[in-house]
Amino acid sequence: MFDAVLQALVNGVIVGALLAIPALGFSAIFAVLRFPNFAIGALATAGAYIAWIANVTLGLPIVAAIIVAFLSAAIFGATLEYGALERLGRGGALMKAIGSLAMAMVIENIVRFFFGNDLRAFDLPLARDLVFGPIRIGPQQITNFIFALAIMVAIWAFLSFSSLGRSMRAVADNADLARLKGINPRLIALVTVAVGSGLCGVGGTLIGLDTSIDPLLGGRVLLSVFAAAVLGGLGSIPGAVAGAFVIGMVEEITVLALAPAYRLAVGFIVILVVLVIRPSGLLGSKAG
Amino acid sequence: MLTYILFMLVVGSIYALLAQSLMLSWGLAGLVNLGLAGFFAVGAYASAMLTTWEQAPILVGVSVAVLAGGLAGLLVCFSTLRLRDDYLAIVTLGFAEIVRIVASNEVWLTGGTDGISGVPVMIARDTGVWFHLGTLLITVAAVILVYVLQRRLLASPWGRALRAVREDQTVASVAGKSIVRFKAQAFSLAAAIAGLAGALYGHYTSYVAPDQFQPLITIYIFLAVTAGGNARPAGAVLGAYLLVAFLEATRFLAEIAPGVTALQAAALREIAVGIGLVIVLTLRPDGLLPERSQKAPAS
Repeated sequence: MFDAVLQALVNGVIVGALLAIPALGFSAIFAVLRFPNFAIGALATAGAYIAWIANVTLGLPIVAAIIVAFLSAAIFGATLEYGALERLGRGGALMKAIGSLAMAMVIENIVRFFFGNDLRAFDLPLARDLVFGPIRIGPQQITNFIFALAIMVAIWAFLSFSSLGRSMRAVADNADLARLKGINPRLIALVTVAVGSGLCGVGGTLIGLDTSIDPLLGGRVLLSVFAAAVLGGLGSIPGAVAGAFVIGMVEEITVLALAPAYRLAVGFIVILVVLVIRPSGLLGSKAG
Repeated sequence: MLTYILFMLVVGSIYALLAQSLMLSWGLAGLVNLGLAGFFAVGAYASAMLTTWEQAPILVGVSVAVLAGGLAGLLVCFSTLRLRDDYLAIVTLGFAEIVRIVASNEVWLTGGTDGISGVPVMIARDTGVWFHLGTLLITVAAVILVYVLQRRLLASPWGRALRAVREDQTVASVAGKSIVRFKAQAFSLAAAIAGLAGALYGHYTSYVAPDQFQPLITIYIFLAVTAGGNARPAGAVLGAYLLVAFLEATRFLAEIAPGVTALQAAALREIAVGIGLVIVLTLRPDGLLPERSQKAPAS
């Protein structure tokens, strides 16, 4: 029993690291543009398929495929924002949220139109699980985990040290004050949407590397990503990462006790509990 | 052909009920319900389980479905009403997913993915066209009932207060209106209407399964309500029938398109619905029948 829990926690940390990437993207977009972007799941799916084409059809290595996924999801996300959603913003943040849900359906079905509903897998070498005492880990899981950590460090460095990253945090903190300091809010919004969407594309690819890809890949993790962001405090970047690790571990522990399908329910229950007890989340400032 | 038209009209009437549900919560109270399909499912399952397995009369089943929908609505909105509106959007979206997961996995309760078949119908099936026509009359009666109810609510002080809450919460609360209570009432009543729609749907198709309650339905109804007019009952009803006409037209177009598989045709339709919704939201957010502002009474 103890071994099973330990194994679940290790799996949870790895799952959490994968969830953290799209959760970061979602939170960043929420922090700067002030609406929940429901298209992030579909962007993750689109990114995973682009990476699959790069890897399996074009024969590029996985690292290159991840970079391609980032760039193309960034372009998709920015096109979505400026082609469709920005004009809806006049009607309020909720209009953009509804519009993003509709666009999620569009993207998911474009993928389905071209690729069908079949499961697809990346071109990965077969490898034996590594065994550490009672714990087993697949080498690909370790690679994915390292990729995810590297991306988190890169984002942290971008937000802390680059002037663009610092401007993003300034706009997220107080958009009016940032404008007074001469920061162009439209440019920052564009960069945020592109980076956030790109992260979703990478997250989708990493999840696809961990399992397999199909048109519902992003839709399946949507609730977990929201739960991570709400648990950490909507719009809080470090919160999203912390939330993702917690959600990953709770999900894996739940699988020990309940049918695997209820993994999805964990996110929902966590969201409800957080909203009732502490709506601002672990690291958020305010939710009113 | 007649059967087909009647079938579409029944579906349109079910959608008209859902559209009125969405109009009440979204159009009037400003509460975005992205889990409409979930409340629809709750109603369908509640009535199907009672009438199929417990042999309860259909009227009892439908009444319980309305109550179940309303109760589910209260539970879902309870946790978020004091918070910013985007939280409700996230929670309702999750709720619809959870309903589907529970319905697919708790086989002892819901029949799992096989669903519940042999749900009693309202008009005997062997009456041919009369089965469809009779069901259509019943669903249209339900649409009219809900429509009249909504009109009365809209004209009442309650309806005015609700719109005040939607327009400006601070002003409404300064005027002594309890924001949370009004929102909870509106959301729960709207969810009850969705439950009614679900029950009637189950008693028409005589089959209830998780696959019938895809999140897609929620998007359909959003399109219907925005196209028709999101703050007028007549707009919502009109939008629902137009939506069914639009869906059938796209189905027809997709079928005659050359070299497209059935799966691709379905994907194309959903793409059309999604793009359609964004276009309508952008160009004509008030719909065909915009809200009429009420004149202040002459003093």
